[in-house]
Amino acid sequence: MAGLSHADVEHVAHLARLGMSDEELARLEGQLNHIVEQYTKLAELATEDIPPTAQTIELENILRDDVARPSLEPEEVLSNAAEREGDYVVVPAILGG
Amino acid sequence: MADAVADLTRLNAHAMTDRLRAGDVSSRELVEAHLDRAEAENRALNAWLTIDRERALAEADAADARLAAARAEGAKLRSDTHPLLGVPVALKDLVSLKGGQCTAGSRILEGYVAPYDAHITERLRDAGAVILGKTNMDEFAMGSSNEFSAFGPVSNPWDLETVPGGSSGGSAVAVAAYHAPLSIGTDTGGSIRQPASLCGIVGMKPTYGRVSRYGIVAFASSLDQIGPLARDVRDAATLLHAVAGRDERDSTSAPVPVPDELLSLPASDDEAADALRGKRLGLPREYFVDGMEPETGRRVREAVEALEAAGATVEEVSLPHTDYGLATYYIVAPAEASANLARYDGIRYGRAVGPHDDYLADYLATRGGGFGPEVKRRVMLGTYALSAGYYDAFYVKAQKVRTLIKRDFDTLFAAGFDALVAPTSPTPAFRFGAKLADPVQMYLSDACTLPVNMAGLPGISIPCGLSEGLPVGLQLIGPAWSELELLRLSRAYEAVTASAAWRSEEPRDIGLLREPTTPTPVERVAGRSPR
Repeated sequence: MAGLSHADVEHVAHLARLGMSDEELARLEGQLNHIVEQYTKLAELATEDIPPTAQTIELENILRDDVARPSLEPEEVLSNAAEREGDYVVVPAILGG
Repeated sequence: MADAVADLTRLNAHAMTDRLRAGDVSSRELVEAHLDRAEAENRALNAWLTIDRERALAEADAADARLAAARAEGAKLRSDTHPLLGVPVALKDLVSLKGGQCTAGSRILEGYVAPYDAHITERLRDAGAVILGKTNMDEFAMGSSNEFSAFGPVSNPWDLETVPGGSSGGSAVAVAAYHAPLSIGTDTGGSIRQPASLCGIVGMKPTYGRVSRYGIVAFASSLDQIGPLARDVRDAATLLHAVAGRDERDSTSAPVPVPDELLSLPASDDEAADALRGKRLGLPREYFVDGMEPETGRRVREAVEALEAAGATVEEVSLPHTDYGLATYYIVAPAEASANLARYDGIRYGRAVGPHDDYLADYLATRGGGFGPEVKRRVMLGTYALSAGYYDAFYVKAQKVRTLIKRDFDTLFAAGFDALVAPTSPTPAFRFGAKLADPVQMYLSDACTLPVNMAGLPGISIPCGLSEGLPVGLQLIGPAWSELELLRLSRAYEAVTASAAWRSEEPRDIGLLREPTTPTPVERVAGRSPR
């Protein structure tokens, strides 16, 4: 498996929305490649016929009755927001402009 | 007066329950003694991120009132009051406690105030347990040394120059240093068992689905489980009983009954030892990994001899895919983490840069500045493993290997093994900075614990001796939902080694914790920059 180039690291950082300095990215490049090298070990195993495991207990489709119930206090929840206007959270416009 | 305080903090939870019920001690006295100790010693340990004296004392008074009311009604205190009523407990700082901070060890959650209680917090409150505060941890539970906390490292009371393990390092130290008889941790790849091992206490990761995670900061959702840390097995069982069980707010919490026998593990050593008679235990050879510290291996083999002497049969067995656990885990866990941590966007809660007009710049700055180095590494790894072109090669491949790892365990349990015994950690506590330069070295600290999370099984670490004065942990692993059996076996091991010389050893640096000349953990690592 090919490793991560500097451009790959920059691209992944952008996908993950992590703003980092050039120095941080350079250090990560080495570390990530060292970790990803460990992944190559998995290629030793033939897994064509093996089903993937996403979870280990066999619970499926857990449903409950759709009933109204008390929710959290809006004031307590909204008090954590960076900026608010009444009962709304203020965010920058992402459309238009 | 100092002696009285020392005595109360050295009681285990069961002894506290008995004395509370007998009216020999009040919850307020117990809680004050623990708070005094925690406040006086936290400078040297940094085990606590929050100690809430006012809240704890109010809860203690409420517990005393409940005990008094039960007594006045002539209630049978043993059956009518919860064993944790009035007993102090510590919570890892990723468990929501309404009105309190919940940092998960991260700057990005600094200032966040939890608007609700976690399910387990509700359970503990209902039981009448008194929550003293919140403990330090590796950021978002990612780490094996507690050196990745944004709020500074934690010292191990056995040797203040060494780490307590992680990620539940603060929870383990709070119990080991007698700041609380019980604490709550979480375990995604070893984060309860490994620090329990390094601090010489008991720590259990229950079966995936055993405890509701509602109100717990998520790391890797197919692996995370909540569990107890305590100084003895019976205390761990009591705390597990209090928090376990189905909760509809966490759809992965399973509708599996929680056995009440967890509350009646034998107090008598003779009776407890019986649990090992005729049991068939497996000793997986792959868990004696390369790089294992020789004394640790010896302590585990001595423990095996003690188990055999008590009537168990121990056979060497193989878990052939153990060696693939690390790579599998470091794909699956970061992938899930990268998705879970996408929620920290600086908008609804937590650290925020902005809002400015450039929303993308706000995200980059909020997250780039709010997350520490290990969290960034894992979010990067996970994002990479899930990104176009690599999803099948990494993520799907890892999920398939996860199946093989799980089958290794299934095969042994189907063959009739009652449990597996193994080391918990390949080494005892290591020095600050020893594993910071190479992330893979740090990850290898969990080589013996993370396969258990991959398979969703319960595992427990119990003390089994010392290596050059530092604790070694013995791990027991069982089939799904076998917590009661694992705790019975653990209690039996505790019973048959009750008079072992190492059991009388106290954490050796405990006398330094109040010395004004003792450096803080932050001072100890000053100048060694974590990466």
